[in-house]
Amino acid sequence: MEAVHDHSHDHHVPTGIMRYVTTTNHKDIGSMYLWFSFAMFLVGGVMALVIRAELFQPGLQVVEPEFFNQMTTLHGLIMVFGAIMPAFVGFANWQIPMMIGAPDMAFPRMNNWSFWLLPPAGILLMGSLLAPGGAGGVGWTMYAPLTIQQGMGMDMMIFAIHILGMSSIMGSINIITTILNMRAPGMTMMKMPLFVWTWLITAYLLVASMPVLAGAVTMTLTDRHFGTHFFNAAGGGDPVLYQHIFWFFGHPEVYIIAIPAFGVISEVIPTFSRKPLFGYPSMVYATASIAILSFLVWAHHMYTVGMPVEAQLYYMFATMLIAIPTGVKVFNWVATMWKGSMSFETPMLFAQGFLFLFTIGGFTGLVLAVTPIDIQLHDTYYVVAHFHYVMVAGALFAAFAGVYYWLPKWIGKMYDERLGKIHFWLSLTFFNITFFVQHFLGLAGMPRRIPDYALQFADWNMVSSIGAFGFGLSQVFFLYILLKAIRSGEKAPEQPWDGATTLEWTHLPTPAPYHSFETPPDLRK
Amino acid sequence: MKSSFSLRALGIIMAFLPAMATAEWNLNFTPSVTLLGEEIHAIHNLVMWIIVGISIVVFGAMFWSILKHRKSVGHKASNFHENTTIEIIWTVIPVVILIAMAFPATRLLLATRDSSASDMTIKATGYQWRWGYEYLDEGLKFYSTLATPRDQIDGGAEKEKTYLLEVDNKVVVPVGKKVRILTTSNDVIHAWSVPGLAVKQDAIPGFIRDIAFKAETIGTYRGQCYELCGKEHGFMPIVVEVVSEEDYQTWMQAKLAESGAPSFDPDKEYAVAELVAAGEQVYNANCIACHQEGGVGMPPTFPAIKGGKIATGSMEGHLDIILNGSDKNPMMAAWGPILSDYDIAAVIAYQRNEINSSGDIIQPSEISAARTD
Repeated sequence: MEAVHDHSHDHHVPTGIMRYVTTTNHKDIGSMYLWFSFAMFLVGGVMALVIRAELFQPGLQVVEPEFFNQMTTLHGLIMVFGAIMPAFVGFANWQIPMMIGAPDMAFPRMNNWSFWLLPPAGILLMGSLLAPGGAGGVGWTMYAPLTIQQGMGMDMMIFAIHILGMSSIMGSINIITTILNMRAPGMTMMKMPLFVWTWLITAYLLVASMPVLAGAVTMTLTDRHFGTHFFNAAGGGDPVLYQHIFWFFGHPEVYIIAIPAFGVISEVIPTFSRKPLFGYPSMVYATASIAILSFLVWAHHMYTVGMPVEAQLYYMFATMLIAIPTGVKVFNWVATMWKGSMSFETPMLFAQGFLFLFTIGGFTGLVLAVTPIDIQLHDTYYVVAHFHYVMVAGALFAAFAGVYYWLPKWIGKMYDERLGKIHFWLSLTFFNITFFVQHFLGLAGMPRRIPDYALQFADWNMVSSIGAFGFGLSQVFFLYILLKAIRSGEKAPEQPWDGATTLEWTHLPTPAPYHSFETPPDLRK
Repeated sequence: MKSSFSLRALGIIMAFLPAMATAEWNLNFTPSVTLLGEEIHAIHNLVMWIIVGISIVVFGAMFWSILKHRKSVGHKASNFHENTTIEIIWTVIPVVILIAMAFPATRLLLATRDSSASDMTIKATGYQWRWGYEYLDEGLKFYSTLATPRDQIDGGAEKEKTYLLEVDNKVVVPVGKKVRILTTSNDVIHAWSVPGLAVKQDAIPGFIRDIAFKAETIGTYRGQCYELCGKEHGFMPIVVEVVSEEDYQTWMQAKLAESGAPSFDPDKEYAVAELVAAGEQVYNANCIACHQEGGVGMPPTFPAIKGGKIATGSMEGHLDIILNGSDKNPMMAAWGPILSDYDIAAVIAYQRNEINSSGDIIQPSEISAARTD
């Protein structure tokens, strides 16, 4: 503790808005990332509710089919690139320096720039709705050649993705450098908290895969405007080439979203089980092998394009392999809880919700891994249900767990435990009402991305829409809980979680000082 | 107060009853009428049982520890955090389960992808937004377009049982014959799929892919486009009617006779009223999705026909854009290959005389001349 001094008096820090525009502090930047992602989460959520409102009943009642397609497209892009990814970068900014005993991120100015690229990208994405012809109505996967037919909203989306990609790559370089170079003495790689490990692996995934996406959308751009024919068979190209390039990015992207979530859960479960994480080395190896495998299975998203059956067999076997390290992780979490002394504060509740629902998402992943079954379910609501179990119950629940867990450290105040628990139970209930029934719709054959449907799909769609509005309102309630904690939360005790063992809890006061560790703690003993 | 609330709630529920009455609360796959489809359902059941087994073990352990190993019941934490034996066991057991799954999956995948030795071949071409079919052996060609009336979609008209799953021209195939479907596309990627026949194949512009099925039961099977293909993606269904061999031959002969004899006289001078009336049908089947009722369009992507430059301008320009599509706006498809001379003459008459009032028409014979230019 003696390593910590309050140095804020000898800095001339700008105040007001300029503090945030010019800041190079990892905590300010982390907060901005988190608030930005929450704002995008609400915007993307409203779009999801437009979709669910239209699908409440058969027939076209609320929006035109074209606008519906723009909603599905922007909902996907905003949630993936605007909400979930920045949320975990926000966690990385706040937590990594504190968890490895560093004063700040390695490149503070680049850190500022990586954040401030996000708002223009968000404005481009949302502003595309106002372009002549509206946003691209092509799905977040942006398959060629449908992208060729779109208006200038499509170009705005492409530039938004370029900017988001730059931001992600700079953020990743920063994270990798910080973790590899700025650990406190004695913090060896295999002593790092698992959250730090998962971010190190994720950052490599980002650096390797974002340029591939940038390439895919740039080729789309030149096909649209500069006469190239990358994806046009008439000019010697191939529309399926786009899908290969996109999913070479897209599958690692799934793990870019999931792996930091694994990291948060691997911190929360041991803390509230009051027991060390079971199988730490195997967790690290399992995460790394998931990351490597994620580059080798991309074409399992495109079994119906007519690839050779030999290729389908390869992708089926490789995809099944992912079940093994994923299983190891789930088993390790359960073994961590086993014979622990568990308590169920809100972060632990969300971690348990994650564990239960993410495992269900893993099970449906196993179903989809079997190619003949996948072909039946491809582009149906079964896939929609599957990836929302992984993205919402997986990544989003983990993010909630992380916010409730670290909020006392960040702001020095407690959230309202009773309201937090209500938020959890509402989210859990409405999530399942929304998405569990979509498995049935998919099995019955309802295609994705349709604004209107045949009558045999009417029942479950109505149930799903009711659940979606409940889920949306529950998240407005989360905003209330946050604001209440910030404005009038009780002062947090020095150590709100008695089971926490990582540096931010053991070596820093609550709330954490503006500069974390000006002198690194010595952990060599 | 309370009773009025429950009355209102009842009213809301009553309002939804029509939808609920037709609902089916499906929980599983559409029953399949192909043997391979049944095998796919069987392997899905197998995987589901494996999942049930794993769930009992994993969630059992999870909920047991949640109930028993909690601080509130006074459980003291152990401190163990590794056990090499158990880690090896829970790595090896999934490997064994996956290998057990991989064998039947591989065999079934190879069977589903075998389109050799088929009895007949039909080419299915995706268009924005309809399917074109060509029976390659007989040379029969036709288009298959959504037949659900617009007032069921947009308005309050009662929805028929096959809402959104009805077409003007069905694909007819004989029972017990292996049918090979070649898929391709005229514009963007579509996907041809009929769940009851357990087939799904993308239709990719510039490439031809194939898939095969053998229906064992006579009946009508309905499917949809499964790859986002633009605005009307949800409105291009597929209907396959499986009939007896005799009925198939009868249908084929009738269809060939119908397509051989043009339904219009290529040399006749048609009157304005007749063309306008026919043109309204053509417009409603083909143009209305984008250009909207009354030709108001949805600018800028879908320009207005009412008062628009093209429909009020020169006849040559109007005919050209319908026959060949637009160079500037890729959303405007070339209708020359899809519509007959008569249909084009009719829709031009409708656009120029009903939606606009330029008063001129063009005869089918002039269109066939324009095609050969």
